[in-house]
Amino acid sequence: MSHSFRRRLDTLSERAIFGVSLAAISIIVFIFIYITREAWPLISGAVRETSLGSVFGPPFQWDPVSVQQPRYNVVPLVAGTLKVTLVAMLVGTPLALGAALYTAEFASHRLREWLKPTVELLAGIPSVVVGFFALIVMASWIQDILGLQYRLNAFTAGIALSLAVIPIVFTVAEDALSAVPATYREASLALGASAVQTAVRVVLPAASPGIGAALILGMGRALGETMIVLMVSGNAALLGFDPFSGARTMSATIAAELGEVVYGGDHYSVLFFIGVLLFITTSGLNWVGERINAGLRRKLFGGV
Amino acid sequence: MKRPLDKGVVVLSLLATLFIVAMLAVILTDVVWHGWAGLSWEFLTGRPVGMTGGGIFPAIYGTVFLVLVMSVAAVPFGVLVAIYLAEYARADSYLYRATRLAVSNLAGVPSIVFGLFGLGFFIQAIGGTMDAALYDGDVVFGQGSILWASLTMAVLTLPVVILTVEETLRSVPRDYREASLALGATRLQTIFRVVLPQSWAGVMTGTILAVSRGAGEVAPVLFTGAAFSMPYLPTRVNDQFMQLGYHVFVLSTQSPDVEATKPQLYSTVLVLLALTFLLNLVAILIRKRMRQWATA
Repeated sequence: MSHSFRRRLDTLSERAIFGVSLAAISIIVFIFIYITREAWPLISGAVRETSLGSVFGPPFQWDPVSVQQPRYNVVPLVAGTLKVTLVAMLVGTPLALGAALYTAEFASHRLREWLKPTVELLAGIPSVVVGFFALIVMASWIQDILGLQYRLNAFTAGIALSLAVIPIVFTVAEDALSAVPATYREASLALGASAVQTAVRVVLPAASPGIGAALILGMGRALGETMIVLMVSGNAALLGFDPFSGARTMSATIAAELGEVVYGGDHYSVLFFIGVLLFITTSGLNWVGERINAGLRRKLFGGV
Repeated sequence: MKRPLDKGVVVLSLLATLFIVAMLAVILTDVVWHGWAGLSWEFLTGRPVGMTGGGIFPAIYGTVFLVLVMSVAAVPFGVLVAIYLAEYARADSYLYRATRLAVSNLAGVPSIVFGLFGLGFFIQAIGGTMDAALYDGDVVFGQGSILWASLTMAVLTLPVVILTVEETLRSVPRDYREASLALGATRLQTIFRVVLPQSWAGVMTGTILAVSRGAGEVAPVLFTGAAFSMPYLPTRVNDQFMQLGYHVFVLSTQSPDVEATKPQLYSTVLVLLALTFLLNLVAILIRKRMRQWATA
């Protein structure tokens, strides 16, 4: 191979690799464009019975199969999503943060090497398996312990969902805690603080943006998770604050109904519109979480 | 200067850790305990008979078919993007930051949204256009199929490949690159003959993690080609297919007699877990080895 040929091959392949990266960027744009396209009749007002006004405004009813007057109002679905997510965060956050604190600060080096991958294995269980376990086993336990009227409800779904949230919150929070430079700890210990005082008063505050990012990323996961809530939440589109009644989330509604709808109809467009809402919400949360994390890294290490 | 509160913090955080590990153990034990008895050669190689008998071979076959097509699409693409991020891009360039943002964003998109994308993009836009152009509007590609489901899953697992491979590329010492360049090798030769061979473990890990993820996800294939049940195995790329995860969903929620379905259901879950979970475990072990090797 001649020298100049090699150089030209080098330039060419560099351009090709650039091109592939551009394609990777365009995927996320394509996702937005193509789900919005299917929701467009609704957004542009071309669908006869349903409009953005009726999707958000009263009456707040999701009743897509009614014979007289099908109603596609997303408010009960948004409420259901928030209810289940709230339970998942309330249950999952203390556990995940506690485990992150223990793993990063109190566990011996040897134990830490094992704890981190073990907790992260939880993320390796497919969500349909978590849903299966919650539906077949856990729902009965929770019903018996709390004496609940309904076996499947928002509370049980939230507990099951916390199993999907815990690994994310744990990993991001543990990374943030471990990233705090050893000099912070040494300075604190040298001043006579105990290991716990150091962890709680020095390391935790220094890593607090990372902990915030962990919660935000965990919430993004909880809002969009589908199979667990589809199988365990009872799927009743109710508007209310009772955590022990059934709930229907945005993601579960898409999963349960899209297979049965008429292509291009009102219902079809509304389901894609719910997808657009989910996409925008989770992307926003994700973006904020990543920004916080990047900021934290700059603060702790300086530079990039 | 120990305070009584100190002990409380340690004990509480330890309890949280133990609780999580215990949950993991309970799930795994329950599945293995109830699923073990139903595992047999007939179960793994037979066809389903109703919801209570027969085997799950079509679901295993469909899942393996899916992850193979998915890997062929996702791995080369992901490796190239990782090479761009780790080897070519300058950290302050606009394209680098845009790619970063796109990849992290893609990782956070809910799996059900990928299902919508697969339906709107692959099936309606691409498949529909192909049918109109090649088949006089007959529905051939404009419907759910193993091809579209695999490509949808490839998009979902792309960030897994990119992030894992990029991390490994970055862990290859700078000296290697400098030595190669100093010997007169071009940048391309350096990347493909020096850096990438050093990173094979990372490419392996990325692939395994992607396969494990792709084998377990159900939401993206709900409308892109997964079938409730199929009388035959998929042979063409535009056939529908059965999938293990979807089969678990169907058995758990659609059975008229839950108790009678349970043995079948538990064994199916065990097979699915064995597939995804063991792959994950292998990936974690390789990665751990790799880190020790990198810091040694």
